[in-house]
Amino acid sequence: MAMDAEDQIELREGVDRETIETVQAMAGKYKHGWETEIETEYAPKGLNEDIVRLISEKNGEPQWMLDWRLAAFRRWQQMEEPRWAMLSYPEIDYQDQYYYAKPKSMAQKPKSLDEVDPKLLATYEKLGIPLKEQMLLAGVEGSDEPRKVAVDAVFDSVSVGTTFKEELKKAGVIFCSISEAIREYPELVQKYLGSVVPQSDNFFATLNSAVFSDGSFVYVPEGVRCPMELSTYFRINAENTGQFERTLIVADKGAYVSYLEGCTAPKRDTHQLHAAVVEIVILDDAEVKYSTVQNWYPGDENGKGGIYNFVTKRADCRGPRAKVMWTQVETGSAITWKYPSCILRGEGSQGEFYSIAIANNAQQADTGTKMVHLGKNTKSRIVSKGISAGRAQNTYRGLVSMHPKATNSRNYTQCDSLLIGDKCGAHTVPYIEVKNNSSRVEHEATTSKVDDDQLFYCRSRGMDEEEAVALVVNGFCKEVLQALPMEFAMEAQSLVAISLEGSVG
Amino acid sequence: MLEINNLHVKLEEDDKVILKGVNLTVEAGKVHAIMGPNGSGKSTLSYVLSGRDGYEVTDGSATLDGVELLEMEPEERAAAGLFLAFQYPVEIPGVGNMTFLRTAVNAQRKARGQEEMSAGEFLKVVREKAKALKIDAEMMKRPVNVGFSGGEKKRNEILQMAMLEPKMCILDETDSGLDVDAMKLVADGVNALRDAGRAFLVITHYQRLLDHIKPDVVHIMADGRIVKTGGPELALEVENNGYADILAEVL
Repeated sequence: MAMDAEDQIELREGVDRETIETVQAMAGKYKHGWETEIETEYAPKGLNEDIVRLISEKNGEPQWMLDWRLAAFRRWQQMEEPRWAMLSYPEIDYQDQYYYAKPKSMAQKPKSLDEVDPKLLATYEKLGIPLKEQMLLAGVEGSDEPRKVAVDAVFDSVSVGTTFKEELKKAGVIFCSISEAIREYPELVQKYLGSVVPQSDNFFATLNSAVFSDGSFVYVPEGVRCPMELSTYFRINAENTGQFERTLIVADKGAYVSYLEGCTAPKRDTHQLHAAVVEIVILDDAEVKYSTVQNWYPGDENGKGGIYNFVTKRADCRGPRAKVMWTQVETGSAITWKYPSCILRGEGSQGEFYSIAIANNAQQADTGTKMVHLGKNTKSRIVSKGISAGRAQNTYRGLVSMHPKATNSRNYTQCDSLLIGDKCGAHTVPYIEVKNNSSRVEHEATTSKVDDDQLFYCRSRGMDEEEAVALVVNGFCKEVLQALPMEFAMEAQSLVAISLEGSVG
Repeated sequence: MLEINNLHVKLEEDDKVILKGVNLTVEAGKVHAIMGPNGSGKSTLSYVLSGRDGYEVTDGSATLDGVELLEMEPEERAAAGLFLAFQYPVEIPGVGNMTFLRTAVNAQRKARGQEEMSAGEFLKVVREKAKALKIDAEMMKRPVNVGFSGGEKKRNEILQMAMLEPKMCILDETDSGLDVDAMKLVADGVNALRDAGRAFLVITHYQRLLDHIKPDVVHIMADGRIVKTGGPELALEVENNGYADILAEVL
């Protein structure tokens, strides 16, 4: 077994080299900062009940969905924005933005990808996201045969298209946009929507419940192992527009699915709001892997522009032996507020959280996880790697809670922080509650600086300074990078390097 | 090949003067040894030549094949053919030894405008060279120097040297912390690299390393200067009588 793990490391050897080339080719630029020029239809600026009704109408939703949204909106109006995170940003004017933006060419929902506006297709091609089914994710070295990855592409407020739908359907897997699911599979959506993250959960989740426009829906039926990786690629394009996507994943008994999520946005001088909700329901013996590479525009060196990323992600292990694994690489956004959580309800269920959070320049990240142990013999594992550079502030905030009935449960937490330079900060805020006598919680934390001796050693062997930093930081993150599917591991490695450009010297 | 003229160096931190006019010429194909008591400036010389931060050159020059080294970044010096085998090799957690080595080899090749080594070619060469130093595949997969024994660290330095094929090799107390067998292995590795186009500067406290790596010239360094230069017999004199006599004679 140990050898297998080692072999995987070898496979990745070529990646490091590529990383470094990519870094040098890009010379410190956010590579997804371009904009697609496309005519866009906006809802009127601001937020009120009419906007909520309009979004619902645009999506052709049934009455129950509209009622649900309106209930959320009314509740949201009574709520206050949370301020407990270690984040400082000016007050957000929720009336000064658009809540719905859709390319005009999407006015008539295309029946197939062939009918999608070529400009939109070109956008995803430029991002390296294959929207044609014969195309596979580029550059997957080392695997014997290229793996198929189904993609749902979300552009501003709408889903542009979903690939491999038919092939997935044959296996019984439903993968489509959430707006389509609300129309086509209302009984499934009604049963599970809001059952993991309730409408009233928190300020941003409630806002999302009122105004979410699109997102992805996945249902894997009992006993089915999803035949390919599923992924959603989110792109914000329109200016002054928030993106509020909603993702719902249901793995029925004994099912398995691996899901990837990627995000980018153009460079803009103004901040943009992104408030997403992801709900995952995992029944008996089922397993879900959810990987994110979050690369929203981080703003410039002085903190001008960038995405405000307020995200609620939660998985509910409802049945015995259910398993969930969150892996996230957070390199983008001006502000990150995100705590993918695991509710370990089923007896013997397991939750894992692997995270790399990089904050450079003026970025701020407050991120972590919650492991809520409700069932007996439940297990959780947290591995968090925070990297701060420039003037950035990076906080790990995590809760491990062992409830009275969660006897014989275990948690292991490892939080490592790495500082580059002397103007940044790393903070670790663990909350631990244990309400029974038989459970065990372990917490290890380290904080270190990128060591001058390490950099000099690398440079004396011929690597330049940025190459050396990339190598040392990738080493620091290795455990998390290894948890990612191959397709994302490569992108993540190069992102780690790119996000840290200009952080030394 | 290496030409050091009147090199004066102080510590940036507290202005303490360490090197007070070092003059040294190392010709291609030769092995020079520098011996000297603790605090004489031997390690500082090796760090200044390879470009470590924290030192200020106040006077003098150091050239490699006529090109001024002291103006270059450390990686440029490496690409120009300078190599320092560290007295205390640095640990880099999470970075596989093989990955590190391949990144280094290709960085230098790229800097020289050469094509990168393919994965297959690299593996073939590295396996062969590692075998001679009794470095097994398992050690190549472990993170750089992490959990390596003293002997493994030094052998790993020599492997890097063998892979990078520098012109000018500086060995900083490569014998420290080695038992007799390990020293023999390291010395064999160095001797295998001796070549008409390559020169060595071996910094050591003790004669015993020089039993295995036979020097052409031996220098004694004291108080920031080269105070005496001679043949291999000079090392034996130090071994038998210590530094006191020599220092009394020259100072």
